[in-house]
Amino acid sequence: MKHNVYIYIFIMAAVTYLIRTLPLTLIRKDIKNKFIRSFLHYVPYVTLSAMTFPAIITATQSPVSGAVGLVVAVVLALFDRSLFTVATAACGAVFLCELFIR
Amino acid sequence: MKRKVFFKGIKDGIPIALGYLAVSFTLGIAARKVGLGAFAATLMSFTNNTSAGEFAALSLIGAGSSYAEMALTQFVINARYMLMSCSLSQKIPKETPIWKRMLLGYCITDEVFGVSYAYPGKLDTLYSYGAMLLPAVGWSLGTFLGVVLGNVLPQRILSALGVALYGMFIAIIVPPAKKNKVIAGSVIVSMAMSWAFSVTPVLKNISSGFTIIIITLVVAGAAALIFPVEEEAADEA
Repeated sequence: MKHNVYIYIFIMAAVTYLIRTLPLTLIRKDIKNKFIRSFLHYVPYVTLSAMTFPAIITATQSPVSGAVGLVVAVVLALFDRSLFTVATAACGAVFLCELFIR
Repeated sequence: MKRKVFFKGIKDGIPIALGYLAVSFTLGIAARKVGLGAFAATLMSFTNNTSAGEFAALSLIGAGSSYAEMALTQFVINARYMLMSCSLSQKIPKETPIWKRMLLGYCITDEVFGVSYAYPGKLDTLYSYGAMLLPAVGWSLGTFLGVVLGNVLPQRILSALGVALYGMFIAIIVPPAKKNKVIAGSVIVSMAMSWAFSVTPVLKNISSGFTIIIITLVVAGAAALIFPVEEEAADEA
């Protein structure tokens, strides 16, 4: 590894903290620009979606168990289950599924 | 009275902390895989508190990416915190001193922002500090345990725990997608693009961090242009 891990950590912590804190400390009025507001509004959904699929399929020992975990999570999320419930149920589904596959 | 607000926050933070503990455990396992020690990984979690950002960071560290790529990736992946930070700036009393605002910045994670924004009326920052306390501990502790105990657990359990993070992401994106067709469309297009990037010969060589940057700029940008959000809707999300 030619780069220093602590420099990486410092950079990511600094960038992330500034993102979180600058608007809170500097902006005291509403953002009026509709495009920026809208863009920031869609960002979390796009980012999290891109990170979830197809990664969830390749994170497990078999694509089938990953797919089962995905379906279980989506169904529970459709019924507005909590973060904790959805995450643990997906884990449980993958675990059970892999018991049968192997 | 003040103490009551703080403890209300702590109570609301308990389920968040449990979720973080499970997810950060898998983060610790991933950190170990790219060669991070327990101290470095725990320091990363304590100073960042961002699941998506940290997972992306680990793949960048593993790939030996440049510091600039790290900064840009964190900026794009965590850009959503800017909107949350903007929203909270309207939610706290105008006279809130700067040091309280700076401490509140540390408390902006998807979930702690969620409960803070749901606080009735003006936000007492003490509530958010309380709500962040246990999740912050859980996030760092889970990461530490993941690095230390990761190889003690059998592969089958690791494989199962590995999807906890994705389960959490799904729990964040699906409920709003159910209520809003544009968000639902963005979710589907993003996943399709992400899949296309992973199988297309030239595109799959692009690092995962940049793939996410490209997809985010294209899809969120297009959605914002074609379906601009009214002020009310943006405040609720």
